Amino acid sequence: METPILSIDNLTVVYRLQGVWREAIREVSLRVAAAQTYGIVGESGSGKSTLVQAVMGYLSANGAVQQGSIYIEGEDWLRATHRRRQQIWGARLSMVPQDPLSALNPALTIGEQIAELVRRHVRLSRKAAHERAIEMLRRVKLPDPESIARRYPHQISGGQQQRALIAMALASPELRLLVLDEPTTSLDVTTEAAILDLFAELQADHRAATIFVTHNLGVVARMCQRVAVLYAGEVMEDAPTETLYSAALHPYTRLLLRAVPRIGDSTPLQAIAGRIPSLRQRPSGCVFAPRCPIATDLCHAHKPPQERAEEGHLVRCHHWRAVADGSLRVEEASSALRRREMQSAEISFFEQLLSDNQNGAQATVMRAEHVRVRYGARGLLGRLLGKKPPFRAVDDVSMRVPRGKTLGLVGESGSGKTTFARSLIGLVEIESGEAHLLDMPLRGTPRQRAKATLKAMQMIFQHPEESLNPYRTVGQTLRRPLMTLSGMSRVEADRAAAELLRAVNLPADYLSRFPSELSGGEKQRVAIARAFAAQPALILCDEPVSSLDVSVQASILNLLAQLQAQYDVAYLFISHDLAVVGYLADYIAVIYRGQLVERGRAESFFTPPHHPYTEALLASLPLPDPRARVRRIRLPDDQPSGGVPSGCRFHPRCPRYLGEVCRTQAPPWQRDSQGRYYRCHIPPAELAALQAEREG
Amino acid sequence: MRADAQLSKGDLILTLRLSLLRRRRALRRLWQDAPLSVLGGIGVIGFLLLALIGPYLTPYNPIANSFADRNQAPSLAHPFGTDNFGRDILSRIIYGGRNIFALTGSATLIAVGLGTVIGLYVGYVGSWLDQIAMRLTDALLALPSLLLTLVLLGALGNSRFTVLLAIVILYVPIVTRVVRSVVLDVKTKAYIEAAEIGGESRFHILFREILPAVLPTLAVEGALRFSYAIFLVASLGFLGLGVARPEPDWGLMVSEARDWYALSPHMLFFPSAAIVALVVCVNLMADGLRRLLEYSETD
Repeated sequence: METPILSIDNLTVVYRLQGVWREAIREVSLRVAAAQTYGIVGESGSGKSTLVQAVMGYLSANGAVQQGSIYIEGEDWLRATHRRRQQIWGARLSMVPQDPLSALNPALTIGEQIAELVRRHVRLSRKAAHERAIEMLRRVKLPDPESIARRYPHQISGGQQQRALIAMALASPELRLLVLDEPTTSLDVTTEAAILDLFAELQADHRAATIFVTHNLGVVARMCQRVAVLYAGEVMEDAPTETLYSAALHPYTRLLLRAVPRIGDSTPLQAIAGRIPSLRQRPSGCVFAPRCPIATDLCHAHKPPQERAEEGHLVRCHHWRAVADGSLRVEEASSALRRREMQSAEISFFEQLLSDNQNGAQATVMRAEHVRVRYGARGLLGRLLGKKPPFRAVDDVSMRVPRGKTLGLVGESGSGKTTFARSLIGLVEIESGEAHLLDMPLRGTPRQRAKATLKAMQMIFQHPEESLNPYRTVGQTLRRPLMTLSGMSRVEADRAAAELLRAVNLPADYLSRFPSELSGGEKQRVAIARAFAAQPALILCDEPVSSLDVSVQASILNLLAQLQAQYDVAYLFISHDLAVVGYLADYIAVIYRGQLVERGRAESFFTPPHHPYTEALLASLPLPDPRARVRRIRLPDDQPSGGVPSGCRFHPRCPRYLGEVCRTQAPPWQRDSQGRYYRCHIPPAELAALQAEREG
Repeated sequence: MRADAQLSKGDLILTLRLSLLRRRRALRRLWQDAPLSVLGGIGVIGFLLLALIGPYLTPYNPIANSFADRNQAPSLAHPFGTDNFGRDILSRIIYGGRNIFALTGSATLIAVGLGTVIGLYVGYVGSWLDQIAMRLTDALLALPSLLLTLVLLGALGNSRFTVLLAIVILYVPIVTRVVRSVVLDVKTKAYIEAAEIGGESRFHILFREILPAVLPTLAVEGALRFSYAIFLVASLGFLGLGVARPEPDWGLMVSEARDWYALSPHMLFFPSAAIVALVVCVNLMADGLRRLLEYSETD
């Protein structure tokens, strides 16, 4: 084997927290060769950021390398002087960060920033450097690089910002090691797919060793040849991608793979109980033992050594042999564990609470007709006062949510999906159109609405950190809706709050806790309990799992499904993730630029014909399977804050653009043979044939 | 507020003990980071104690003249010496401190209370009400503080009540702005929206959901306002305003001592030192409060 570009041996990094040194990563060893992409997968708290910082030499002041070594091209990187590091940074070693906007200097144009970087390493005139910058922008496939170079970071879209950063990272001709730190996490799926393509393509060119850090198992499967799974600072398993996805040996890896929702697969997700231990409470035995379904006394007492299961497959588990020969079944042990957990959850009182549900026997819980929502001020006065020009975020959306069912609303950022939900519940004003909830009109702010209307519809918010008041205990938060909306006395409300907690699988002593003492998943459970407290007929779920880790996400999705089955509640489930929506929803609607473009039943949703936008969304999803066939449909980056396109709103990006008609005429709704609707000029039979052809 | 009503007594005591423990730990950390601010807090408490119980400790009447004891330098009998009427300066400082605490303390409390209610309301409700309130505060903030006070004293008469009114008028807009800025940040949080769609009353949202987030900032701002108020009252006293002679007043004592500074400099020194010490202590305490607030945020 050729000498690796990056070799990390036995690296342990510690942080000093309140006077005590804590291990953030422990005994990590990696070797990355030229032109190889090495995936580092981990949830939040796994130590992946620390690893990146150590490799880049960016450890914070309270962090230190306790033992081990990092060599870059045979050079001792930890002992390199600051001067030497400055020679290497940006020349042989570069990085693409997670959040493109905060990594770019808002005061300089894109062209200036890249030219500055070029001139740092190569002696060039200003003009020559500027030309190099434009050339590099062209290399990352930015359309019209001259004009992009003249713009400031906020004037281009997130995808374009990320491309500009990639251009900067690849600026040096002698690049040897590229570190990608969640480079696509903040992007929409269609943009993500295009950026991933770009990475793959460019790598053939620059042949640098690449470290790809992510929490997304789908992205890893697409991009990486080898994967290391990081948990609580230790590498649990390290194997070639194919092996890892087909024959993982570590219980954590196996459970993680079962926790990801997959398109067209509705078997229940396998959540991993518990949470990742914080720096302060790392167990002395195996770090995964507290959450492991097959852990034994040995696991709790002793750290397992890293062992070689076969050539190139490393695993850190006492029981890998038993897992390998099939005598220990991790998945079954985990389901058994979860069943026990469920039984212990007592839900009788809660059930009684909801049994006198007055939802009635109506088939439709909520119907919205031609809803429009507009932001910004109308008229000259508003403009003079510095308000933004008007912008219609939701434009003519109609839908029905059936009783006890889930309608999934899918769209990318800025599509208007959240605005639509907020307009229903009164947090933004409906401009025109009508919405009814169980025959009660949805009009006005929450203050103007009747108690009965408020009671029948509740909401679960996206960020668990912000959805609970940090100054109020869980008990205080939960009893409010019980008292205000359900008219309970204080004593009744307190008892019901305890039952609610139990229904969302949290112990009753959480009532006296403050949100800061809860993990993200636990906060979201409390938020779910609060939404259920008023016994609503409809709950609006605004991306309730998008900010949670994979293993926690699965348990929240399962909880939502279970509560729905028990209490006959309808969900309007908003998400950017088709796989998550596909897992939970009975009906799916796709929204693009404030308009629905497709709607229909979920079972048949993943078979053609699709609206071309849905088709692109599906083709962009990174699948957690390295052998998945990649259907390549890539949309051009969306322009930020452009006006609303005429005709079909999707036509500027549409891969199936027909011509004049798409640009001038709004497309009609078409119905396919399976009873699904989509809005496109291409008739169903033709579209199905086109898309089947693509797939075949 | 902290403990839930349904907690058993044992839980309640445990929660209280935990919060005390946390507070003690925070204080210890503050002592390491900024010992001066802890000393400042102790100083303020010292002044307060002196104002409360000092009159019972000193044997002298602060306004009784005694020509035999005129212009005495500090001694055991008169630690701070006596003034040109033979009055004990220590006693006069103690009584003067009492007056200044009563006046500035009540004025600050009223201003902070009013400013909080107005700031919460206009910040949360927003729209035209907020616009009007902010333009009004702009107008009030444009007035120089001493000038406004002098005009009020001229119009309403030279009394303590007028000074109190002036401080309230001066500080309400400032507190309003500070509170409003916190409210604008908090009101966009999902938990406020959750309370709205939960049918909560405006009173509950303002005082139960939003106010706790404002309190820490308010404590710091209140302490700062307090120190400025002391300064203002001392300045007015120096000009002979807002005081009723022969009631002891620190500013007035400084002003009167000017004529005697060559003969008995202690007359000038002690009241000046009292003003400076109290203002510095209050400012240091405000800094400490700010730090404590940051600790609880980062924890």
